[in-house]
Amino acid sequence: MAANVDQIFVHLMQMMVDRVPDAVAPWVRAAVGVGAVLGLFGLLFGLTTVCERKGIARMQNRLGPNRVGPFGFLQFAADGIKSLTKEDVVPRSADRVVHYLAPLALLTPVVLTFLVLPFGRNMVLMHVDTGLLFFFAAGASTELAVFMAGWSSRNKYSLLGAMRAIAQMISYELPFILSTVGVVMIAGTLSTVGIVESQAARPGEWLARWNLFTPWGLAAFLLFLIAAFAEANRSPFDLPEGESEIVAGYFIEYSGFKFALFFMAEYLGMFASSGMAVTLFLGGWTAPVAALDWIPSWLWFFGKLLALIALFIWVRGTTPRLRMDQLMDFAWKFMLPLALLILPVVAVWHYLGGGWRGWLFCTPVLAAAYVLLGRALVGRRRIQRRVYRYAGEGVAS
Amino acid sequence: MTPWFLLFGGLVVVGALGAMALRNPVHCGLSLVVTFVGLAGTYLDLGADFLGLAQILVYVGAVAILLVFVMLLTRTGRGESPEVRPGGWWWGGLVAALVAVGLVGALASVSGWKPRSEPMTFPTVRDLGVALMTDFVLPLQLVGVVLTAAMIGAAILALPERRGGRVGRTPKGEEPEQ
Amino acid sequence: MLGVGIIKGLAETGRNFIGSYFDRDRLVTVEYPEQRVPLRENFRQFPFLVHDGQDAAIGLRCVACQICEKECPPQCIYIEKSKDKKPDHLGKPQFFPAVFNIDISVCMSCQICVEVCPFDAIKMDQDFELSTADRFGGLLLGKTQLARPNTHFQRIHPREAAEIDTRRADERQKAEAKAKADAEAKAKAAAAAAAGTAAATTTAAVDAAKPVGARPAPTTVPGPASARALPGAGAGTVPAAPSEPGGQV
Repeated sequence: MAANVDQIFVHLMQMMVDRVPDAVAPWVRAAVGVGAVLGLFGLLFGLTTVCERKGIARMQNRLGPNRVGPFGFLQFAADGIKSLTKEDVVPRSADRVVHYLAPLALLTPVVLTFLVLPFGRNMVLMHVDTGLLFFFAAGASTELAVFMAGWSSRNKYSLLGAMRAIAQMISYELPFILSTVGVVMIAGTLSTVGIVESQAARPGEWLARWNLFTPWGLAAFLLFLIAAFAEANRSPFDLPEGESEIVAGYFIEYSGFKFALFFMAEYLGMFASSGMAVTLFLGGWTAPVAALDWIPSWLWFFGKLLALIALFIWVRGTTPRLRMDQLMDFAWKFMLPLALLILPVVAVWHYLGGGWRGWLFCTPVLAAAYVLLGRALVGRRRIQRRVYRYAGEGVAS
Repeated sequence: MTPWFLLFGGLVVVGALGAMALRNPVHCGLSLVVTFVGLAGTYLDLGADFLGLAQILVYVGAVAILLVFVMLLTRTGRGESPEVRPGGWWWGGLVAALVAVGLVGALASVSGWKPRSEPMTFPTVRDLGVALMTDFVLPLQLVGVVLTAAMIGAAILALPERRGGRVGRTPKGEEPEQ
Repeated sequence: MLGVGIIKGLAETGRNFIGSYFDRDRLVTVEYPEQRVPLRENFRQFPFLVHDGQDAAIGLRCVACQICEKECPPQCIYIEKSKDKKPDHLGKPQFFPAVFNIDISVCMSCQICVEVCPFDAIKMDQDFELSTADRFGGLLLGKTQLARPNTHFQRIHPREAAEIDTRRADERQKAEAKAKADAEAKAKAAAAAAAGTAAATTTAAVDAAKPVGARPAPTTVPGPASARALPGAGAGTVPAAPSEPGGQV
């Protein structure tokens, strides 16, 4: 029974494919799979925008959208209809072709990244050996789209935003990729499915072997997550769209549906990064303890995914925006050394075979590196409460 | 001649032509990206997953960005592209022809222009990794040394210029005698 | 240590997030169309014209002096003075605005028209829900749209209205007292004249009594009720009624 529920979508797909001739079966499989993923994550995108607005509102003791539909949950439909019907304005001096292609060039690779995410047991659209590499390759090509958008608009703010975005994305690409190398070293494969399976509980073990449950895994997870924040251009790394300085960054000159595409690409990128974090560190669709294996695998995956999205929203509601030099310092002076340090630490962990000896060695090394690098980054200066001085204060009355 | 080969080969050719013929240097750079993507697609079509994805990751993700940025930052003004001297065309054509002959000759000597009858078995990522770490470990280390040297050089170039120091040129305000 | 501040911040926002679901006092949002913040007395939006009584056509305090029209910085007021006069609350015949328009798309709510009005006829309204689909005609308010009864003014600006009402009541009382005194003096003079000229004929007495009876009719009728009723009586013939005293004077 539990196995059937677990495999319900796989069986459904198989039933559908069985009904068509063999010649078109692979096409049907691909079309249905991609359609399902697009529909599901499109809906998730809509709901996330509403939940984000409501959640951040609650963090600021406001109510948030509550007018359209029950509890305001149809707000995204209203927003979507609005952006669909709005006029599409293209600046006269813009480079029309590049301007037109940029949103498509941004959205396509982002959607492609979902191909290699395993949503559940036997539920991955493209089972390839190089899944992780595919993910990063697709993610890396979004930078060019950002450049296209910023450059073709012929607007100084959008060009500035694109420069910021690209500098930020390239800088954070390194820790983003390096933090996953440890996982690949332990799992011995680049295949996302293989990585998930390597984290499942072995027979007879009560605890799963999630990478998060190791010291280097925890550190790499945090690095990956921070880099994912930066890659998704979300607060506190939302300098590329810093409203107060450069209005909206590289998509200033986009309106109507093209703007919605940018918006959607940003959120889908966030989902993909979260999904990859789940796959790499949170055991994908595996249960944390073997006793909970009866819960369907896709529920585990989406539960973890939603939890990470909630974390994204929470952080966005909390942190202010970094300054450009702080952003760069953090990437190059903190995250990159730590990500590089994780590699030998993982090697040692692998050599020691984990266990208490691994913990004994890895934890102090990583903790010391964290403290020292952090101290080097912010220095010894203490952040004090700001003292405001008013005119007339201290003047003898 | 699969349809995929036609598609990706067409992308490569169109992109390369565009990179040569377009007027705007940024357009040329973007057109070159199309070529990169087409090449990556060809690799994937041939079954070289790792190579194709690395092509996208490195060339589309990094090299192309570098390219367009350099174009943006070095452009002096509108329509000031230096004229190519007529003689230059001949030399360029000659070099291109030599390269083409060399490549075609190498290909011909390997395959003898006969399509393979049996399907090829492609090395997996694991095979590649094993090969890099055993047979080709010395080239790998050498490449690492070269890249490290390049990185250190870049860091030195980016260092702030010290007054009267050995690094960099003379500091501002202390122009040497003419 | 690096990261402590982030944790603290996350804890704070998390506390807000959860707290806002349990403690309604945390939520400061007023859900506008259903809930409203009571307006402050000093809140002002656009001007309106005050009229006494229920009928705007009669009770309008404005005498079309056009001071506000001249003072208005963005010049959004347009007034056309009437050809004839009608009695004001003191019974004095005054002009009234035949046309009084305010273009509230131009008005900047500066309240200068209110400051300069010597008749307390124009005041600032608090109605802010003025959106309309017609941005030209819909935002050009005419005399009938601008006129609001004094009760409205008393409701939105109770303190100022009370002050003005007492002042106006005083003025009216004084005017009535003066009119009464005038009438008595006149009656006394008439009586004295009648007594003095004992040989006066009955026709002379009638002649003397006639102006006394006809002219003070708008002014000297005592009591506010009849003061209200009097213009009401002439309401049907507003253009004709003022011409009578005009003809006699």
